[in-house]
This record gives sequence, C-alpha cells and structure tokens, in this order.
Amino acid sequence: MARNASVQTKVGFTVLAWTVALLLFSPILWTIVTAFKTEAEAIATPPTFLPLTFTLDNFGDVQDRSDYIKHAWNSILVSVGSTLLGLVIAIPAAWSMAFAPTKRTKDILMWMLSTKMMPAVGVLIPIYLIFRDLRLLDTVHGLTIIMTLINLPIIIWMLYTYFKEIPVDILEAARMDGAELWNEIVHVLVPMAIPGIASTLLLNVILAWNEAFWTITLTSGRAGTLTAFISSFSSPQGLFLAKLSAASLLAIAPILLLGWFSQKQLVRGLTFGAVK
Amino acid sequence: MGSITLEHVNKSFGEVEIIPDISLEIEDGEFVVFVGPSGCGKSTLLRLIAGLEDTTSGHIKLDGEDVTGAPPARRGLAMVFQSYALYPHMSVRDNIAFPLKMAKMPQAEIDKKVEYAARTLNLGSYLDRRPRALSGGQRQRVAIGRAIVREPKAFLFDEPLSNLDAALRVNMRLEITELHQQLKTTMIYVTHDQVEAMTMADRIVVLNAGNVEQFGSPLELYKRPANRFVAGFIGSPKMNFVDGPEAEKHNAHSIGVRPEHFTLSTTAGAGQWAGTVNVAEQLGSDTFLHVEVEGLGLMTVRTDGEQTFRHGDKVYLTPDANRIYRFDAAGLALQD
Repeated sequence: MARNASVQTKVGFTVLAWTVALLLFSPILWTIVTAFKTEAEAIATPPTFLPLTFTLDNFGDVQDRSDYIKHAWNSILVSVGSTLLGLVIAIPAAWSMAFAPTKRTKDILMWMLSTKMMPAVGVLIPIYLIFRDLRLLDTVHGLTIIMTLINLPIIIWMLYTYFKEIPVDILEAARMDGAELWNEIVHVLVPMAIPGIASTLLLNVILAWNEAFWTITLTSGRAGTLTAFISSFSSPQGLFLAKLSAASLLAIAPILLLGWFSQKQLVRGLTFGAVK
Repeated sequence: MGSITLEHVNKSFGEVEIIPDISLEIEDGEFVVFVGPSGCGKSTLLRLIAGLEDTTSGHIKLDGEDVTGAPPARRGLAMVFQSYALYPHMSVRDNIAFPLKMAKMPQAEIDKKVEYAARTLNLGSYLDRRPRALSGGQRQRVAIGRAIVREPKAFLFDEPLSNLDAALRVNMRLEITELHQQLKTTMIYVTHDQVEAMTMADRIVVLNAGNVEQFGSPLELYKRPANRFVAGFIGSPKMNFVDGPEAEKHNAHSIGVRPEHFTLSTTAGAGQWAGTVNVAEQLGSDTFLHVEVEGLGLMTVRTDGEQTFRHGDKVYLTPDANRIYRFDAAGLALQD
C-alpha cells in the first residue's frame, strides 16, 4: 500500500505545483492574450479569455507611437554594458576578498549588501542633482553607470562565493610559475570561474533589464529603456489595456526567452556553493 | 646557482608567533629536508622562502641577493604542492608549458622543453589529457614536470607525497632523489615523515614549535642528536627514554636507548632489564616487541624476524652500553 500512497502523494504534489505555477504565471498569461485583443474587448465585462477577434494592430500602434526598437536597443546597451562594467570592477574586488582577506573583509561585504537594503528613493534627490549637474540625465552612459553601481554589491557577492570554491593552491602555483597578478586572474582564475561568471552575468543582465525606478526617473525620451517604454503607456490620455499589454509583451519577451534558455545555468549559479 | 640564506627570519600571524627566529644557510645543489611534527612551522618556513607569505622581520637571500620583499614570480623558484595544484582547465601539455609561457619563451622552444620533460617523467602519452583524467601519481609527475621545465634556482616541495598510497610513495621518493642527482639543483623538501627525511636528504632541519632543533646530515642526527626532541623524532621505531634512578646511574637526568640497540635474551643475567612482552609486531624481516619493563615502563625492542614471541613471554633486555644517549634536565644531549 505504501507504493500506492506514494503515487497519490506524487500526483497531489504535481497538481499543487502546476496550480501554484499557473497562478503565478496568470498575470503574464493574461497580458499575452490581451495583447492580441481589440481595445473594446480588452475592457469588456464579462472578460473573455481568448481573443474573439485576433489582432496584431496593437503592436503596430505601439511601434508607431513610441519607438520600440530604440528602447530595446537602450535596454540592451544599459543591461549588458552595466554588467560588463560591473564584472571588470567586481572580479578584482572579489579576488582580493576571497584570496587576500583582511580583518575587515566580512564587514565590507556586509556593508556592500546593506546598501541594497536601503530604499532607492532615499537617495533619489542627491543622485538626481548629481546627474543634472554632470549632464548625465537622459543619457545611456549615465544610466549604465547608475545600473553598475546599484548591482555591483550583488555581482561582487556572487563572484566572491564562486571564488571561495577555488583552491588557493592553484593560484599560488600560478604565482610560483611566474604569473604576475594580471596573468593569474586572466589565465587561471577567470577560466576556472567561468560557470560562476556566466551565472552572474545572466542574473545581472536580467536585473538591469527589469530595473524600473532609476530608468523612469533619470530618463525621458532619448535614453529610455523598455521599462520606461511600458510606463509611457499608462498615460494620462486614458488606459489602453490592449496596447499596454502589447508594449509589456514586447518588453518582457527578450528577457523571458533569455531566462528560458539559460535557466539551467541560472539555477546552478544561484545554488552554487549552497551544498558541499 | 641556488644558495638560500635565512637571517633571523620571524613570522607572526597577528599575535601568534609561528617562527620566532630562524637563521639557516642552505648551499647550492643541496637536498635539504624540513621535518617536524604538524604545526611546527615547516610549511610556513617553505612558504616564506617561496614568497607566498611575507616575513614579519629578518631577511631571505637567494644567491646572496636579498629577496625578502620580492613577489614569488620574481624569485625564480619552483614549487610542488601537496594537492598538486594543477590547472584543471588546461591539458597536461599546457600545464607544463604555463611557466614558460609566463616567461614569454618562443613557442618552438616551449614545445621542445615540454617534450623533454614529458619524456623524463614518462608522461608522453598523457600530454593531451586534462589533469582530472590522471591518477594521483601521474598528477604528481605533471606537477614536477611543471617545476623542472623552467630550470629554477631551487625546487620547493611541500609534502608532495602525502596524498599517494604507500607503494607509490616509495617509488616517487626514489624518482625525486634520482631527479636531484640528475639536475643537481637545490631542493627543499617539507615532510612530517622522518623516513622520507632520512632517505632523501643531504641535510635535515628538524623543526619544533618554529625553532630549529638541529640541522645536520641524516646520520649525524641519528648518531648525535642535539637533544631529546631530535633523539625521539629521528629513528623508527622511536627511541625509548628512561628517567629516574636508572638514568642517574649514567649521571644523566634521562637516558635514551634506540629499539635496535638492545640485546634480547630469554634467560636472566646481570645488568639486564626484565620485562614481559605486551605486543609483538612481526614484519617478517624484523619483529618489534613492546615490552613492559618492571619499574621502567613500556620499551620498544627491535629484533630479527627469526624468533617468535607471544603476549606474556618473559624477556631480558641489555642496552648496548656504548649507545646509550644521555640528556640533562633541559633535554639537551650530554657529551661523553
């Protein structure tokens, strides 16, 4: 009977898991189907699930009203640019914390993490003023800098955890073999940490892609990313649910696909070092 | 050339003093073994010479040149680690070639040297494998290959054989000794195994709690230990020590007799120590008897493998009068 019970438990858990997953996914699913409805059908009561009249007009309207390609390009520049810049700063930082720690290393790591606990709006005014005075408002490089800075603690933390797993003997062997610091990092540390660096890169591209607070407050037309693009559709001219859905779908599609294809790497990356 | 001089080297980690004050003179081409119990500072001392740790005070000189502050890459020394420390993402060929690449040697010359090292160490057929596809002994050979290609001033070995099984350890011990005879380069070898120290070294440094207890040739250490610590550490099985009235007969605070310096008999006679066999360990060639001697405690006795002893057998020990080591209250050896 034990076997039957376990089959029942398995079925029960499967149903439960699917229900939870569908519930969590339902807003995105609703957005996807709404994007293909007419505006009238999108606000109809009672609502329809599948579109009665399937239309692609919303996508055309969205592209006509505000340039999707430009925003998408900005999103790519900012998310990839800030992640690469972040890695350039974080790899040496994580190296020193993992392999040449001092008494204060743990405190510095905690302090860096604590900056993530502070509400972003708390530093809105100083950062806005700095950006205004340095003429960084509504520029892609300005946005890349701020994105690098807000994600740097996470990048350093993740790399630090990966680097801790690398035996220090191997780096010492490189030093004995005549490698100066630069060669030690480029030829030995980085190749050994590639899986960890890849996970960090992916996660940070996603974080930067989805970031809304700073992109919306620090950009207007020129440097706007896809999050600013979506927000421009919840406009004072009225709520156009179908167009908003189309815009949202366009904005999340690339990152959804990236996440889908890289989920194995991401899960491995996020749980790395948790066991063992 | 590869002479190494340590002058009043001190190393502390924060409040903890690992090496109080060591001065040593290692000559070019010598095979020197640092031996001592775990935690005695032998690995730290090696890492100070390598440049992997900074000295707190004192000077380290290579061929007379002060390298105290120089990073490891600039010292021209090669090191073989206990964990092998091979680069897991590189093939055996690239592992061996790495130090040459770092020295910006032309590719043709690198290939030639790698081939030569691979031939010397019987690694020819493994050159394109990754380290994880090799056995422990092969990995250790790659690590040695990586060390020899760059023709360093000196080789540093940090317990290189302790991860290998017993049979392989004996083989590699011989190979390293042969390598030294062939290359005639200075080698410093760290181990806690006194058998390795005795068999491989030209000279041995016995370390205890960060201090040099004695520095000399293996036989010097065996025949004339400077103190009780060295006497007990060098030689296997360990020397037997006796305190109290028996030692006072020899005008000493304590005396030591090596297990091989007893004459064993089964009949009583004058000047003998009477005892009962506790455990007899038969190795075939030798038998080690652990004998409970009345009033003196447990003694280890080495005898040939011909006689058989059992638990409870009565035996009589005669220490060889010319080979009794005498020590004063501080543990220092007393001269005859």
